[in-house]
Amino acid sequence: MTTKAQAVLDWVDERFPLTSSIKGHLTEYYAPKNFNFWYFFGSLALLVLVIQIVTGIFLVMHYKPDASLNASGVPVAFASVEYIMRDVPGGWIIRYMHSTGASAFFVVVYLHMFRGLLYGSYRKPRELIWIFGTLIFLALMAEAFMGYLLPWGQMSFWGAQVIVNLFSAIPVIGPDLSVVIRGDFVVSDATLNRFFSFHVIAVPLILIGLVVAHIVALHEVGSNNPDGVEIKKKKGADGHPLDGIPFHPYYTVKDIVGVVGFLIVFSFIVFFAPEGGGYFLEFNNFVPADPLKTPPHIAPVWYFTPFYSLLRAMVWPLFGLDAKFWGVVAMGGGVVIIAFLPWLDRSPAKSIRYRGPIFKTLLTIFIIGFAILGFLGTKPPSYAFFGVIPGAPVAQLFSLYYFLFFLTMPVWSKIDKCKPVPDRVTG
Amino acid sequence: MKKLLTALLFAPLLAFASGAELHLDKAPVSTEPAALQNGAKLFVNYCLNCHGASYMRYNRLQQIGLSEQMIKDNLMFTADKVGEPMRIAMQRDEAKQWFGAAPPDLTVVARSRASEFGSGADWLYTYLRGFYRDSERPTGWNNVIFENVGMPHVLYELQGEQLAKVSEKDDGHGGKIKEIHLEQGKPGKMSKDEYDKATADLVSYLVWMGEPMAETRKTIGTFVIAFLGLLFVLSYLLKKNFWKDIH
Repeated sequence: MTTKAQAVLDWVDERFPLTSSIKGHLTEYYAPKNFNFWYFFGSLALLVLVIQIVTGIFLVMHYKPDASLNASGVPVAFASVEYIMRDVPGGWIIRYMHSTGASAFFVVVYLHMFRGLLYGSYRKPRELIWIFGTLIFLALMAEAFMGYLLPWGQMSFWGAQVIVNLFSAIPVIGPDLSVVIRGDFVVSDATLNRFFSFHVIAVPLILIGLVVAHIVALHEVGSNNPDGVEIKKKKGADGHPLDGIPFHPYYTVKDIVGVVGFLIVFSFIVFFAPEGGGYFLEFNNFVPADPLKTPPHIAPVWYFTPFYSLLRAMVWPLFGLDAKFWGVVAMGGGVVIIAFLPWLDRSPAKSIRYRGPIFKTLLTIFIIGFAILGFLGTKPPSYAFFGVIPGAPVAQLFSLYYFLFFLTMPVWSKIDKCKPVPDRVTG
Repeated sequence: MKKLLTALLFAPLLAFASGAELHLDKAPVSTEPAALQNGAKLFVNYCLNCHGASYMRYNRLQQIGLSEQMIKDNLMFTADKVGEPMRIAMQRDEAKQWFGAAPPDLTVVARSRASEFGSGADWLYTYLRGFYRDSERPTGWNNVIFENVGMPHVLYELQGEQLAKVSEKDDGHGGKIKEIHLEQGKPGKMSKDEYDKATADLVSYLVWMGEPMAETRKTIGTFVIAFLGLLFVLSYLLKKNFWKDIH
């Protein structure tokens, strides 16, 4: 570096921890050298967050959160989305990136969470990282839910109607709470405007704050790895972990490969299948919201459907409270219970590589069950597999399994026969 | 594990079935300018009186090979300026009284009518060819896939009349399914093949209008993916070079 540039850098460093931050988080942050495929999804989640924020900024320039009808009898909000798709130069690509990005965010985050399950990334000392992660997931769900109202199509409207109505099932405060959320007695212009406000500023702020906390906590304790061993326990003469390599340049160049690979899949959807077969952009959402016409089947977007199935599984009133209330409890509990994983898992080994057959079997069933819950959530409750196996009891069975998997974990994770965990990573 | 994930990815495709089945004819959608222009002509003449296409500007028709003058002279019946959208003069509240519901805007109808039974184009193609005489309906018309539809058969002069033969079939679950077979009654200006071709053109136009940049999108996408493929190779080589000392 030239002396002049060095002088400028010194000037900054005396006033702001620039060099030390770059060192602490990049050039001298030692990450385990044995990250595999599953470790791409953290950096990819960050990439999708950036895509969503940048495309979102441009969408807000043209979108109008207005439920009133224009001269042609179409809600202004709905028409403004079509205006973006047709009249704004490059608008369609920005909008498709944003709508595909929403689904991509959940794909990436679900895989990121699955990685945590595989390798015990939530275990001590990473409990806080995991809790921040669960909160990010919650914030993401709120963000996606509110964003989905904005195009003001039939599914936007009725999906929001159904979900906000759920809050009214909470005893005592429920009915008032749902009015506060909607700002009206039905989903209306007031709802659209407050969801817009939450979607573009309130929730993103929380989301970014949580992401920073997630990464700061990670860099404090260091990354886990596919072997689930602590690399900080074996340090070389230079004080760096023997199995660690600096994040930059090694993982920056590796993550670029992951980013390009992801962008290929992402671009394929954006350019060739932006509707995602009706899963990313629901067909019925190309019909403007009509408060007087309830669609025959209201399905949330695919990323909510596993939890929507948990909700629908509760059909019995209990302790004098509505079945709907217990459905809400099941749905909320289904997300919150994830945060308790660090204390539910009592296995001596973190990684699936050294864990026993009980864990492997139960986790496989868990993943299959979660996918089936997701699939059934897109279908009406009357759905039957191949027209014969009724879907509703299957969903109830896997909902029960979902909770039992977590609640009985302290028992089975302890008695499971684990293999000895090596001292060093195995590559 | 990988196999399992792949299997799960395709699970939704395998498990369709149940519910009210809708049998749709496959629409021969074209992107040829001649077909789209013919479709635009039919749309403007037969649809754009009751239905608007309020996000579609007339001058965008240049994209399917028409000049601004041709649009102004032959197609622009409902606007003064070529940059205006395809609006209609009919009042919505009056339309509601006449038809029971205000006719929907058709700009994106080809996208909204897609379902698990077929594309939006398939639905429209089946619908436009599925009108039959029904003396019990106020309009005198009914439709095979849109029962008790409020819309009369506006393409009647082209297709002529179809008559329905209703039969009942066992659905395999103890119930009955109503099956409607259509027969040509009074002929129209067009033969069956000509009418099928005309509706195919109209549907092609509706598909194009639903997403006029769809073809551009695919062209750009091909370049983007080719570029990313190249970048993938380069970034992989870069990674490999950086990592050659890590064991």
